[in-house]
Amino acid sequence: MRALIIHTASSVLRLVPESKTAERAKRERRPAEGRAGGGSLAERADRHPNGYRRGLRAVLPLLPAVAAFGISFGVLAQAAGMGAEASIVMSLTTFAGSAQFAVVSVLGAGGTAAAAIGAAVLLNARYAPMALAASSAFRGGRLRRLLEAQLLVDESWALSRREGGFDRRVLIGAGAALYVGWSGGTAVGVVAGDSLADPATLGLDAAFPALFLALVAPLLRNRDALAAALLGAGIAICLTPITPAGIPVIAATAACLVGLRRPAAAPAPSYEERPPAVSPTDATARDTRSAASDERPAIARRSGSDAPAASGERSPTATEEASR
Amino acid sequence: MSAAWVAVLVVGAATVAIKAAGPVLAGERELRLGNARAVELLAPALLAALVATQAFATDESLVLDERAAGLLAGGAAILLKAPLLVVVVVAAATAAMLRVVA
Repeated sequence: MRALIIHTASSVLRLVPESKTAERAKRERRPAEGRAGGGSLAERADRHPNGYRRGLRAVLPLLPAVAAFGISFGVLAQAAGMGAEASIVMSLTTFAGSAQFAVVSVLGAGGTAAAAIGAAVLLNARYAPMALAASSAFRGGRLRRLLEAQLLVDESWALSRREGGFDRRVLIGAGAALYVGWSGGTAVGVVAGDSLADPATLGLDAAFPALFLALVAPLLRNRDALAAALLGAGIAICLTPITPAGIPVIAATAACLVGLRRPAAAPAPSYEERPPAVSPTDATARDTRSAASDERPAIARRSGSDAPAASGERSPTATEEASR
Repeated sequence: MSAAWVAVLVVGAATVAIKAAGPVLAGERELRLGNARAVELLAPALLAALVATQAFATDESLVLDERAAGLLAGGAAILLKAPLLVVVVVAAATAAMLRVVA
């Protein structure tokens, strides 16, 4: 009896934290095994039974920042003289922060509609490859697919990515929450005006790079993914000072071409996905890879110089937001 | 019609078209296996580019400001396997505190 009490007491005092962590570890290990390491974020989201709600839960940590930037868009749009209706209609139809800030800053600095449109379309062009990659996730007829695809933004795209595809319900759940937060924030900003705090004061602009880092980190499991990420970041950094905003990120998508030709020797966990390469030596594969990656930025640079983006016409206050 | 409305309507229509083009035209077909590797690597390439531009780009120039410190702190939180909310809050709080100090 005494032994039992001592045992129970010791397990309560000492073992509880351990057993708790062991239990948590067990819970976290299971989904990881099932899906060959889909990343801890995805695993945590996957535990919720309802897909749409999983998306909502996954995006919750971000909603305050997104709503705050929606508010600041509303405030800046009012300050630039866009008008309340146009500002809110823009958040409802365009639903893409960086492009909307670009339009406000170009118009606010006295730029033409054409310049504003050019800058915004460049910034949103990245959604074409992103939506194409996720296209098999959408369901139904053309109109429904068109509407569902509107909920695709950087955050919902990244959160819904799964091993070998995209989770439609997570994309829609997360996208819908972001849509409400962004549009609602815009309406609040339009009404409340300048009386609200600048999101930058709260450091919210630093939340987004950290978010994307948290989303990319679990993907860097093999050499290809690491190479694509480093190359993508490198392309974006190199092009930022010499091309209009928007081009660096689009050009960085060329980094995914490292997956087309690669040395047969490199170990990759998802090897069964593609047949073994016939006989490219390391050297030739690397040559084609670097050739492919060198080519794209050059194309982007050329088209970038023709683009009607009015880089010089933007006001410094609004443009500080534009690239985020 | 004011320039603002022209910009709002054209950008809105263009964005709807950009987002819908792939899903509407490609339908539910899976992308061909040959492209699957490249599509798989689109996410790391694009997300890394977003990290780079959102942390270090202001318009068309590279800057090193409080966002970089926030990113560093967020990266440390990621290495410690912190949940997403903690990562985001750590990054924002770091940048905010540095701005208060500065």
